[in-house]
Amino acid sequence: MATQRINIRTAILTWGPLLLLSLLLLLAPLLLSDFRLSMLAKFLTYAIVAVGLDLLWGYSGMLSLGQGLFFALGAYAMGMYLKLEASGSKLPDFMVWSGLDTLPLFWEPFRSPVVAILAAVIIPAVMAGMIGFLVFRSRIQGVYFSIITQALTMIVGLLFVGQQPYTGGTNGITNLSTIFGFALADHHTKVGLYLITVVVLALVYLTGRWIIGSRLGRLLVAMRDDENRVRFLGYNPVLLKTLVFALAGGMAGIAGALFIAQVGIISPSAMGVVLSIEMVVWVALGGRATLIGPIVGAILVNWAKSSLSEGFPNIWQYFLGALFVGVVLLFPDGLAGIVRQVGQSWRARSGARESVALPEPHP
Amino acid sequence: MIWLLQAFNGLSLGSILLMISLGLAFSFGLMNVINMAHGEFIMAGAYVAYLFQHSLAATLGGVDLGLWFILAIPAAFLITAALGILLEVSLIRFLYGRPLDTLLATWGVGLILQQTARSIFGAPNVQVSSPAWLSGALTVAPGLMLPYKRLFIIGLVLLCIGGIYVLLYRTSNGRRIRAAMQNRAIASTLGVATRQVDALTFGLGAGLAGVAGCALTLVGPIGPALGTYYIVDAFMVVVLGGVGRLPGTIAAALLIGIFNTLFELGTTATLGKVLVFLLIIAFLQWKPAGLAALRTR
Repeated sequence: MATQRINIRTAILTWGPLLLLSLLLLLAPLLLSDFRLSMLAKFLTYAIVAVGLDLLWGYSGMLSLGQGLFFALGAYAMGMYLKLEASGSKLPDFMVWSGLDTLPLFWEPFRSPVVAILAAVIIPAVMAGMIGFLVFRSRIQGVYFSIITQALTMIVGLLFVGQQPYTGGTNGITNLSTIFGFALADHHTKVGLYLITVVVLALVYLTGRWIIGSRLGRLLVAMRDDENRVRFLGYNPVLLKTLVFALAGGMAGIAGALFIAQVGIISPSAMGVVLSIEMVVWVALGGRATLIGPIVGAILVNWAKSSLSEGFPNIWQYFLGALFVGVVLLFPDGLAGIVRQVGQSWRARSGARESVALPEPHP
Repeated sequence: MIWLLQAFNGLSLGSILLMISLGLAFSFGLMNVINMAHGEFIMAGAYVAYLFQHSLAATLGGVDLGLWFILAIPAAFLITAALGILLEVSLIRFLYGRPLDTLLATWGVGLILQQTARSIFGAPNVQVSSPAWLSGALTVAPGLMLPYKRLFIIGLVLLCIGGIYVLLYRTSNGRRIRAAMQNRAIASTLGVATRQVDALTFGLGAGLAGVAGCALTLVGPIGPALGTYYIVDAFMVVVLGGVGRLPGTIAAALLIGIFNTLFELGTTATLGKVLVFLLIIAFLQWKPAGLAALRTR
């Protein structure tokens, strides 16, 4: 009897918040204006990146400061398709301004939406995989990895600014009109894209959950805690780490593709060092090594950002700075840690009343 | 000839990078702290020069005489060093042994410092006019003119490096710093007050960044985001140079500076940076610990 109650309670505790969140997200199109819905959709694409980053940082101990880059690569891949669709038979406008008369060869495949969507996932994943393999192979760990991913982000950003004829330069890719023939500004397109985003977020979350529950997940945590021991046990940390890094890169890529379809612009400033490190604070605030925390964190921080910068643009920077310091110094486990503590004290009290010792929740 | 001139420019860029990276190398080598707010110390140093020009230049014989600038350099050192010690005592001290967390927390501090500068001095960049005796150039050979400003920067860096060398290798404080860097636990057992050493070393690194900020006012306009242009490069210097060794940091800074400007000449500014980055990654495949790693057992 008691065990049954515990099982139900555990099930509610694990799946309850999730179901609540999904329900709220699915109801949002009925409750929000188009403008607010697009905004929420943008936050959800960020949440997808955050889940990938959490797999990397929270579970595997690799703090990547380059997720913004992979996000932008996905967005550019999708943006190339959208731009070609918007331009019809003509050359995209920024190419005309920069004096090109024919479409560059590497743009041609992006006429096909299938290629664009695949590229939005594969290009970031392959790039992350290649850089990751080289970096992990030379046993570069910890902060060195962070610094190198940050430098990579900065450099590719500069590269994109410099190649105006091929990438749109500082302006990036903008002036989009339709997706698969549907007008981007249309209400139904917006709702459709939003729902796709929710579904993708759910799939990404479930993938993360599946990985964490699997043997791979346990290896990742083991590697975070003691990489050498995992190596001596006969596993190859280089391949495992490369795999996770590529996976998180691919997740950021999908998120980028969804982002540009709903926000309508991608520019090098969105692939910057700054966005990449902001992504880290979403995960930290929500709670690292809990998959739901980063989703909540991404939505909360960005909601705070847009509402604070609408009213007081100067305050936001101070707020964000304080958030970084505060989360690290006072709440290293983020919101999820606070919720867990409250839950534990509540359970300890009710447990004492029923005099049933409850098992610890999974960490 | 143009290659020589470019190599010279690279040398001066490298020497500024060196002064910036020394502080990072110290704080990382000694305390395992990644200080992302280091760029803001550069910015603070630059604004000290700006303030000195506007408040003191008139009483000290005018902008052209440049007495204010000579005074601004030690002042920038002291002010940013004080800022650094304040940061160490109030925040970094509590984050020892958590390098990734120091990275995030100091990034937050950097954001706050940038926004503070923006509200005090305004968002647009400002120009600090340099003393008259620094304009012009030294003609070495026809077509090869070395600007006095860049020569002055190189001289300033040499002076600082000399000072650091004497401090580290010829004084008892320096011996304590090196001892704590090599083995903190044993140094502490032998009576070195490692916490004090940490704070002072952190302040020293911050002060050097402040001096670098002063030097940067000679090269171009300055603004609240000045530090962000240099911080990533400076970290690459630390990665390439290897942790905890002065010679490694020096060699890495000069190499990155020179290669950057040389590649810029052959290609474009951005492609040059890409090439330097790829070279660093390739080099780390060969020597993962950097140019000169500290061997410990």
